[in-house]
Amino acid sequence: MTVAVVQFGGSNCDRDAVRALAHLGVDAERVWHADGLPTDATGIVLPGGFSYGDYLRAGAMAARDPIMEAVREAAADGVPVIGICNGAQIGSESGLTPGAFTTNASARFQCEPVYLRVERADTPWTAAYDEGQVIEVPIAHGEGRFEVSEDAHDDLVADDRVLFRYCDADGETTDAANPNGSTDNIAGVLGDREHVAVLMPHPERATLPDLGRSTDGAGILEAFA
Amino acid sequence: MTAYTATVTVRLKRGVLDPEAETTRKALERLGFELSDLRSADRFELDLDAADADEAADRAGEMAERLLANPTIHDYDVAVAER
Repeated sequence: MTVAVVQFGGSNCDRDAVRALAHLGVDAERVWHADGLPTDATGIVLPGGFSYGDYLRAGAMAARDPIMEAVREAAADGVPVIGICNGAQIGSESGLTPGAFTTNASARFQCEPVYLRVERADTPWTAAYDEGQVIEVPIAHGEGRFEVSEDAHDDLVADDRVLFRYCDADGETTDAANPNGSTDNIAGVLGDREHVAVLMPHPERATLPDLGRSTDGAGILEAFA
Repeated sequence: MTAYTATVTVRLKRGVLDPEAETTRKALERLGFELSDLRSADRFELDLDAADADEAADRAGEMAERLLANPTIHDYDVAVAER
């Protein structure tokens, strides 16, 4: 009954994720990618970081790591999977979710709190929220601009698989509130099924009260509770 | 078998924003150069042995599909030459 936080070479948010989950009473442990996925993993976190130096494209190398085959199989078997930041890049590169995360429109690394609008409250990741609720969660990325083909974007919207959009404090999805130029202000999406999700913002950095900022991210990780 | 070099060029699809290229273009303009646009691309040179040029191109194309390019944002082309 343990959530596996998959640690690749260059992951650096794996400990944060384990600690945030422990705070929520969730049993979680780091799993080194080369050791393989425990067969009894009850959930999977692909954590943030700079796996393999962001070589080629952020997440490209980790996405082709053998453990990702096991992650895809577990996801197909119904195990909840979330990719956070670099984990989101790995998730999209490995085909768990549609689209791609690429260079911020600013061409800069951006580390700042952002507001997200919860677009669906009927998924495991957002059951703690109300639809339309605005939450504050930080971002820290250089390649977080969500790009997706027009057809795939139409499908995402039609299938209601956009989970979070960047917005202002009032929940308006303006250009000014879009930190990285993401298509349609998209910050997080669902895979083919609701128990697979990726997002660029860091819920594990907005969970522990003693960090002194928002704890709005806790609701996302409560999916594993 | 013949020795080939397959050159795979990966570039952003037309219309996909390229902030790095834009930053580079602005830097060139700061240096006094005049230009109306700049596009960048990644080039991979793959040395491989194959029965013929078509096989070499097929294998390089598969490498592009599986790893070198991301089909959401990239186009690519393959050129093969004997090495």
